[in-house]
Amino acid sequence: MISQDILVVGGGLAGLAAALSCDPNLKVAVVSKVHPLRSHSVAAQGGINAALGNNPDGRDDSWERHAFDTIKGSDYLADQDIAQLMCQKAVSAIYELEYLGVPFSRFPGGVIAQRPFGGAGFPRTCYAADRTGLVILHTLFEQSIKKQVKFYNEWLVTRLVVKDGKCLGVVVYDLATGQIMPVRARAVIFATGGYGRVYSRTTNAYINHGSGIGIAYKAGVPLRDMEFVQFHPTSLHGKNILITEGARGEGGYLINNKGKRFMEDYAPSAMELAPRDIVARAIQTEIDKGNGFDKQYVHLELSHIGEEKIKKRLPGIREICINFAAIDPVDTPIPIQPAQHYSMGGIDVNEKCASLVEGFFAAGECACVGVHGANRLGGNSLLDTVVFGKISGEEASIYVKGSEGTDSSEKVLLEEALEVKAGIEEWEKRSSGERVHRLLEGLKVVMSEDVGIFRKKEDLTEALEKISELKEDYRRVYLHGKCLRYSQELVNIIEFDSMLDLAEVITLGALKREETRGSHYRLDFKKRNDKDWLKHTLVTCKEGKPQISYAGVNISKYKPEARKY
Amino acid sequence: MEYLFKILRYDPLKDEYPYFQDFSFETNEKKSILEALMDIRNEQDSTLAFRYSCREAICGSCAMVLNGSFDLACRTELQALESSPIVIEPLPNLEIQKDLVVDMEPFWEALSQIKPYLFHGEKIQEGGHRIEEKEMEKIFQYINCIMCGCCYSVCPVVSRDERYLGAAALAKLYRFVKDPRDKRSFSSLSGVNTEGGVWGCDTVFRCNEVCPKEVRPADGIEALRRKLVVEKIKRFFRFRR
Repeated sequence: MISQDILVVGGGLAGLAAALSCDPNLKVAVVSKVHPLRSHSVAAQGGINAALGNNPDGRDDSWERHAFDTIKGSDYLADQDIAQLMCQKAVSAIYELEYLGVPFSRFPGGVIAQRPFGGAGFPRTCYAADRTGLVILHTLFEQSIKKQVKFYNEWLVTRLVVKDGKCLGVVVYDLATGQIMPVRARAVIFATGGYGRVYSRTTNAYINHGSGIGIAYKAGVPLRDMEFVQFHPTSLHGKNILITEGARGEGGYLINNKGKRFMEDYAPSAMELAPRDIVARAIQTEIDKGNGFDKQYVHLELSHIGEEKIKKRLPGIREICINFAAIDPVDTPIPIQPAQHYSMGGIDVNEKCASLVEGFFAAGECACVGVHGANRLGGNSLLDTVVFGKISGEEASIYVKGSEGTDSSEKVLLEEALEVKAGIEEWEKRSSGERVHRLLEGLKVVMSEDVGIFRKKEDLTEALEKISELKEDYRRVYLHGKCLRYSQELVNIIEFDSMLDLAEVITLGALKREETRGSHYRLDFKKRNDKDWLKHTLVTCKEGKPQISYAGVNISKYKPEARKY
Repeated sequence: MEYLFKILRYDPLKDEYPYFQDFSFETNEKKSILEALMDIRNEQDSTLAFRYSCREAICGSCAMVLNGSFDLACRTELQALESSPIVIEPLPNLEIQKDLVVDMEPFWEALSQIKPYLFHGEKIQEGGHRIEEKEMEKIFQYINCIMCGCCYSVCPVVSRDERYLGAAALAKLYRFVKDPRDKRSFSSLSGVNTEGGVWGCDTVFRCNEVCPKEVRPADGIEALRRKLVVEKIKRFFRFRR
């Protein structure tokens, strides 16, 4: 049996940062369902926040201001001590990335360039044109080659094995051979990313099914604040490819069909650079009022910032527009609409990225450390991945060195692997039943129509019913293509189980939370209610059913106040 | 509108030879080849294997040969391929693992051979390196590379000489050589001063033609050659003196 001291699951930014920060004397490996460079981190565009104060308009910036903006942006649901920790570590994190080779864009004088981003009091988003995710992911992958990190690519983790509150390892499906195998590990770090594909319209990659979060949930780890789903204001109409917030940071305007910069009605001082929840709602409101184009989108106007700046600062956006919409933003406005983008919630972990299961850690989008609260600021997710990815690797190393292996783990792992195998054989044996891609289409419709930007009790209740019907249908799912090697159908069947759980947890949290906060907007409860709802939602899987509880928020420094932009 | 797809199928554990399978595909929507492949897989044959992830031409997963052209399936519009049928093949120069999925291992191995990472100083400099934008701009062309493998697969040298590292790896090396922060020594380039390295290139520039990200990797190979020659001449005269 393959056996590791630390097993990192996921080869995106958080996963690579974790693997690189593990104690080099330990036996560490990364398992990823795709080659690490194919991870969704590669698609991040606009940048990464740190209060370097390099921008002439940002000389007075400080990590405290960054922390305040993050907390205010979170609609005060962020844990303030942890948000401060992240922002304090941001500056050294950027210099470390630069040292490792990230080719950041520069200002005259040769310092790292910084652009304005939504919800930020100062221009503090460091960038490499609009390919920040690409260059950071490639740099960390290059470092993994240098450090000879062991990778198991195209292995899908199907189960987290936990016994008596202690993590023993995982069960994987090896796509190349079609085999199911147990992998023993004294510590496991999940860095498995988000679940965007639960929604019809998402900026996320096809692979973002969120099964890591679902697997942790099934293993008994609580999920936190899952009802907070970020919708990005600007995705390319039709394809829903991300059009970076950096486009507005560089001076882009949002224009409705009356030719008006409508953000003045919603956020008169921040305008297009209000936080994402506010801008996304504004755009959807304009479209719903009939002020959009073809009832589906508004315009993101860039032509006034000039050809030179577009080509230099936003070359990737221009390429996307030319490739996928056959327009050139140099002279034509970009048709944009909101789309699901990010999960503020995730696997409940503390500031050490540790969960309540001993030896099980999580970092990046799949985790909820508590820095984003009810709404994440643009440029804070890459920061989250590198800061907490690193912490998770360091903490997992400390844990492994201070713990003892479990003798019985091999037997338990083998048993669980056999269970997974039996499940797959059952799907394979059936010659009729439900097809997974149809079930997935059904789930996407439910989530988009009933658990989207605007929510209300009737819709959410109905969504829960439909999800439980889909759960029934899933019991009859079958594998149509009878070959287990490179079977994306099998990947989808395995991951859909998690997607159903996530949909249920998101919807349940949203139904119970009778207030409006950050990305969670209730048409029937339009006000924030700190008295009753300034608390985290926790959902735990108990005998297959979600059990909801609540936990306090750390409010050590900034008293919640009205959020105006 | 109805399209005829001819897709190369091959399962090395079952089939003696690769073969083309016909699929008829109907749609009136604007779709990419990747979307069409996913529909065909879902509706017609779910054993059809191919790689994908981002669907926005940035992750490099879905490179394949489309009607003889090397490109990413996600950024190629169905309507843009005028000829019928639409012939889809896996990347050549790499072993087929199943259908359109190829073994990229030799490609990654070549990359790791050139030491594809910044040779940085001992300590992190406070405030980071000070580098003017126009200096950094010299490497921008090369950092656009998404490691899709098109250049490796189209290369006639790779197909006949297994020592040859291929364009992506060599262009990546040049990205570091040109990086003003990189401290690698000239002697560390001796590994590519060979037929398996920069001198293997046939200069037919097929890599430049097919690169979906306009990296023009052969520019990097030629620049490395010049650098090696110039340094050699310089050293020769230094020695004479």
